[in-house]
Amino acid sequence: MVTASFLTDPDFIRVLYIAAFACFIIGLRLLNHPRTARKGNMIAAVGMAIAVVATLLWDFVGDYWLIAVGIAIGTAVGIPAARSVKMTAMPQMVALFNGVGGGAVALISFVEYREALEHTGANPELEQLIPILVAAIVGSISFWGSNIAFGKLQEIIPGRPIQLPGQQFINIGLLVVALGSAVAIAAGTESELLFLLILVSAAVLGNMFVLPIGGADMPVVISLLNAFTGLSAAAAGMALDNVALIVGGMLVGASGSILTRLMAEAMNRSIANIMVGGFGGVTVAAGDAGDKTARSTDAASVAMQLAYARKVVVTPGYGLAVAQAQHTVRELADELEKRGVEVSYAIHPVAGRMPGHMNVLLAEADVPYEQLKEMDDVNPELPQTDVALVIGANDTVNPDAGMPIIDVNKAGQVVVLKRSMNTGFAGIDNPLFYNENTALLFGDAKESVAAVLAEVKDL
Amino acid sequence: MDLLTELTILVLAAFVGFEVISKVPNTLHTPLMSATNAIHGIVLLGGLLLIGEATGFLDEFLLVIAIAFGTINIVGGFLVTDRMLEMFKRRD
Repeated sequence: MVTASFLTDPDFIRVLYIAAFACFIIGLRLLNHPRTARKGNMIAAVGMAIAVVATLLWDFVGDYWLIAVGIAIGTAVGIPAARSVKMTAMPQMVALFNGVGGGAVALISFVEYREALEHTGANPELEQLIPILVAAIVGSISFWGSNIAFGKLQEIIPGRPIQLPGQQFINIGLLVVALGSAVAIAAGTESELLFLLILVSAAVLGNMFVLPIGGADMPVVISLLNAFTGLSAAAAGMALDNVALIVGGMLVGASGSILTRLMAEAMNRSIANIMVGGFGGVTVAAGDAGDKTARSTDAASVAMQLAYARKVVVTPGYGLAVAQAQHTVRELADELEKRGVEVSYAIHPVAGRMPGHMNVLLAEADVPYEQLKEMDDVNPELPQTDVALVIGANDTVNPDAGMPIIDVNKAGQVVVLKRSMNTGFAGIDNPLFYNENTALLFGDAKESVAAVLAEVKDL
Repeated sequence: MDLLTELTILVLAAFVGFEVISKVPNTLHTPLMSATNAIHGIVLLGGLLLIGEATGFLDEFLLVIAIAFGTINIVGGFLVTDRMLEMFKRRD
């Protein structure tokens, strides 16, 4: 059959791979702008479909019904999960999807090693073996680390840092065991048991690495694990001599690293500091709140302040997401704009639980993205702002947080909507709350905003 | 493919990744993370490449799980990204 031989020609398959990663690159490029982002995602998905179909054409690929079973299970789990997840739960969903990717890498590397032992009775050549070992270690760390991140965000596991005495030494010990076993195999030891030891020690390391991390640092962790999974996929690609896998994995490895660095910068911490110093271990001393008093206010006064302001900047935080207040906030903003008030939103890079998480939540509530302003753009405007309305944010507006913040304290008046006087994730007392021009409105963010909205409508 | 060719591809892909991504505005970081997350589901190919020549129940079983995992990663990832991006609208 002429057509069949043409389709299964290795060169044809490689050309399809080129098309596939061209789609990835164009897709990522289009993801740069809100207007083209959706198209970009679709193009990347088309690239993925091309890569999968092309791979099925290789003449040594077989067991099609087993492949069908795997894909059917994955589709049956993936589609409903992606369809039903709430926008507020997006970070844990990404963590989970990231985890299964890492898990797949670890499983594939294990099977590849087993098969090599079985077929040849010896270890694979070093240029295969080293990527296999790298994929096994990184994939396993990524799988377990992501699961812990999921558990923490889903509040199955307590969000506060869980730390063992001598944590750093245990982690280093685990890394030594994993790397040592890998070196032993690379040096010629043929042992499936040793390979399992690599997977298990990397798995425990993945757990230990994420458990001590507090909720505030979770965005950095997910981003880092995303990069890890990408790198491990690229390693698997080198082990399997597959260009599409190398390019796809490495693109993600690079993007994840960039994102991680951007976020670490936003929190004023170097990546090295985060890696070595232990995640979430902020050591700023809690201020003494004893002799300071915070002023509380009511919905009617807040409504008055807002309605007669010229310029209002809304600073949302995770509290807004938890209370699902984004729609009510948008209604309030619409009402204010009808009265000629200029409303914009100040988005801190780490507001919410992931970079850009707050943008997604506000977009869900139909807030036009032109109104969403990044920290560096909005800070110079705050001295000319009449009222800064802080909704469920704490660390991102805390002058003592030890990171760049939204300078709401420079605005004429500050109104803070929060549930209680508790400190934020970072556990640092917030001097903003005791300022003369700050007033606090206690209660659930959604109920408070709704009350203010009702009062504004009555004015 | 020889090792050096693979390393060349790897390094070039890394630079392309940095270049393409460093220009993404904050607004799109979550969708971007989610989209790249879906792309590393490409590891599914590894499962497909190995399963035909895999022998024994255990290896085939593990590979079916790997294929299922990879599929969840891809299908779920792209779908969830699309749901997020659908909501980024301009004011009419």
